[in-house]
Amino acid sequence: MKYVDEYRDPKIALNVAGEIARKVTQPWVLMEVCGGQTHTLMRYGIDELLPPQVELVHGPGCPVCVTPLEVVDRAIRIASLPHVILVSYGDMLRVPGSQSDLFQAKARGADVRVAYSPIDALRIARENPHREVVFFGVGFETTAPANAMAVWQAKRECLANFSMIVSHVLVPPAMRMILGSKSNRVQGFIAPGHVCTVMGFGEYEELVSDFRVPMVVGGFEPLDLLEAISMLVSQLEEGRAEVENQYARSVNREGNVTAQNLMREVFEVTDRKWRGIGAIADSGYRLRAAYAGFDAEKRFGMADLNAEEPPECISALVLQGLKKPVDCPAFGKRCTPMKPLGAPMVSAEGACAAYYQYKRHD
Amino acid sequence: MCLAVPGKVVSVEGDDPAFRAARVDFCGIRKTVSLAFTPEVQVGDFVLVHVGFALTRIDEEEAARTFQYLAQIGALEEEGLAPS
Amino acid sequence: MKESFQPLLHSRGSECVTEPRASASGSAVTPFSCPAPLAAVERIVLGHGSGGRLSAELLRDVFLPMFSNPVLDRLEDQAYLEIGGVRVAFTTDSFVVNPLFFPGGDIGSLAVHGTINDLAMGGARPLYISAGFILEEGLDMEVLRRATASMAAAARSAGVAIVTGDTKVVEKGKGDGLFINTTGIGIVPEGVCLSASNARPGDRVILSGSIGDHGIAIMATRDGLEFETAIVSDSAALHTLVDEMLCVSKTDIRCMRDPTRGGVASALNEIAAQSGVKIQIEEGQIPVRDEVKGACELLGLDPLYVANEGKLLAVVSPEAADVILLSMRRHPLGRDAAIIGTVGEKRAGLVTMRTPFGSTRIVDMLAGDQLPRIC
Repeated sequence: MKYVDEYRDPKIALNVAGEIARKVTQPWVLMEVCGGQTHTLMRYGIDELLPPQVELVHGPGCPVCVTPLEVVDRAIRIASLPHVILVSYGDMLRVPGSQSDLFQAKARGADVRVAYSPIDALRIARENPHREVVFFGVGFETTAPANAMAVWQAKRECLANFSMIVSHVLVPPAMRMILGSKSNRVQGFIAPGHVCTVMGFGEYEELVSDFRVPMVVGGFEPLDLLEAISMLVSQLEEGRAEVENQYARSVNREGNVTAQNLMREVFEVTDRKWRGIGAIADSGYRLRAAYAGFDAEKRFGMADLNAEEPPECISALVLQGLKKPVDCPAFGKRCTPMKPLGAPMVSAEGACAAYYQYKRHD
Repeated sequence: MCLAVPGKVVSVEGDDPAFRAARVDFCGIRKTVSLAFTPEVQVGDFVLVHVGFALTRIDEEEAARTFQYLAQIGALEEEGLAPS
Repeated sequence: MKESFQPLLHSRGSECVTEPRASASGSAVTPFSCPAPLAAVERIVLGHGSGGRLSAELLRDVFLPMFSNPVLDRLEDQAYLEIGGVRVAFTTDSFVVNPLFFPGGDIGSLAVHGTINDLAMGGARPLYISAGFILEEGLDMEVLRRATASMAAAARSAGVAIVTGDTKVVEKGKGDGLFINTTGIGIVPEGVCLSASNARPGDRVILSGSIGDHGIAIMATRDGLEFETAIVSDSAALHTLVDEMLCVSKTDIRCMRDPTRGGVASALNEIAAQSGVKIQIEEGQIPVRDEVKGACELLGLDPLYVANEGKLLAVVSPEAADVILLSMRRHPLGRDAAIIGTVGEKRAGLVTMRTPFGSTRIVDMLAGDQLPRIC
């Protein structure tokens, strides 16, 4: 597969790892924010290739994992209404809410359907004019343009039976929170390549200048991540702190302006609660007033339904890179992908699930 | 997060930019993808696809440059010529 | 918004309290004070049919305690019975595939192939099949005729006879069109004794061909996921391939499994668990067609977990591995056969995979079905 296979070349990977080992003279702590990058690191065992001085910690880059508990509860509640068809990305179906998950709701008779794209939800709405079709719109900035487009198209064709649960989260505020924390150990970031495909990387320059921490925009294949790590190590060894772009085949500084324009038309920035972390100011999207009629939580009167997080789960610390999944006493015992305590164990991209899937025999 | 996959544009249809779409080929699999966010894309281009939308045209020159650089690190390492 | 909460059921002996109490905002929530209320799944979910962990738990927690007997407890794909001195293999299967007709097959041919394969995995020569039809009211007669014709053709081609059957009709809305349940009977030749608990350290694992074809062919027709592909289901009867292998050696083949739902990963995990061994496979040796790979990349699926309907895994002695492999490659259904791994030390059922990078990752059993993802 072009632009994929060549970035999985094992020989080159070992050579880049060798280059990193030559450059490094002291320990460094690096974080990749994005769950997809965590997945690649685990799946290919990249950490096994790196010299011991380079420590990777994994950030909160899983929009599925950080979807607030109450939003999942609201989605389940809405799905359980008799006239509703809830359409969702596959990832969300097994995420536990306070009591249940969408799969269980489906077992109880809720009409829950998996879609690859929010456009499929529009089609379902057109085909079922007498049902309410609700799309569970989660994601980082990468997915926001598609979700925005669905709402924009719905408004344009007056698709009155369509609405969306909007639960978008933004990466830079989360990174700012991690960097601003007194217990922060992260010295360099691999910035999320697909988020930056949409948003560009201008936003990260402010973070770099405020905190003097190097950032490299990285892709998702093993060679992309190894190269990004190599570039970060160079910066750290040389005492530089800049934004660099490893993923230049997809990312440029401005990002996708067409997509950004549509997102600005449909969404506005708002405060958001992150499951396992808490509220972060200006870290999410909500629908603008002109599109508020398509807000499912308002339409179905769910906006006041709240929930409390379980005390035992240490996801907050894992998501901020302060603890590793294996540091959690419940990991692999009381908390497994079959019976998850918290979000990072549920989604395949969550740090805990990735560790469990690929690494637990270590 | 953000599972996005590169594919080759095989055909394009639609005049309204918001509804312009492409048949994109992924190793023989073909899927219809929206080009609403990539109005400049033409047949033969590679695009990065996420949840049914092309997010960007892949910059093939940059890709070649990155890859050549990576492959070169390999060669230098192997020959023991990498700068220290 | 008020609603009544059902008290959470606990089947695992945890002793926490789950009385609903009002949160500060006034809506009733249940304190999440005990581990995973969702472990106590009180209803059947689709995952129970996926061939993964939930399926295994259902078997272990509901069916085995009720039905336990020495034959069943061996948990092979087929039951070995001694009847009047003759070794009989006996199996049952149900076919609920949707859509009923898909590229490369249909529910009828799938039913015959699947039943034959269950018997063949035990080394048995398949002889007779029964066919029970559950028809949904309103099913188009032409659909039934087509499926039946396909089933008859598959049986004829495989040399088995459908000797008995049954028909029931359920009300509209209760049957997804057509379900088929089968049983199969075959004779196990002298000297053949296969079992998933026979794998020994040093044995080799052979895979008969490319993986993921069936699952991807089905997924391509699924609402919301449609894509164009030339991939067709690999649905096929494997008994003649098995014959070739047994001709080479009866005693060097420890066990065979057809990796249907749950894929190669689930089948290997079952063998590893039943034999109490570690199995390590090599990612670079596993044949995957480009289109299957493309579809899996696009949807975020791992081909190791995608269903196959015309492939087998065989655990064989290291001495005979190469010659068995050669015999498979001479057969049309084994052209792409490859040795994909080795049985390691005695260790509670662990399957690992060495990546082309030289690192090792675990190939775990999934809880339920693999779903397409955005993450």
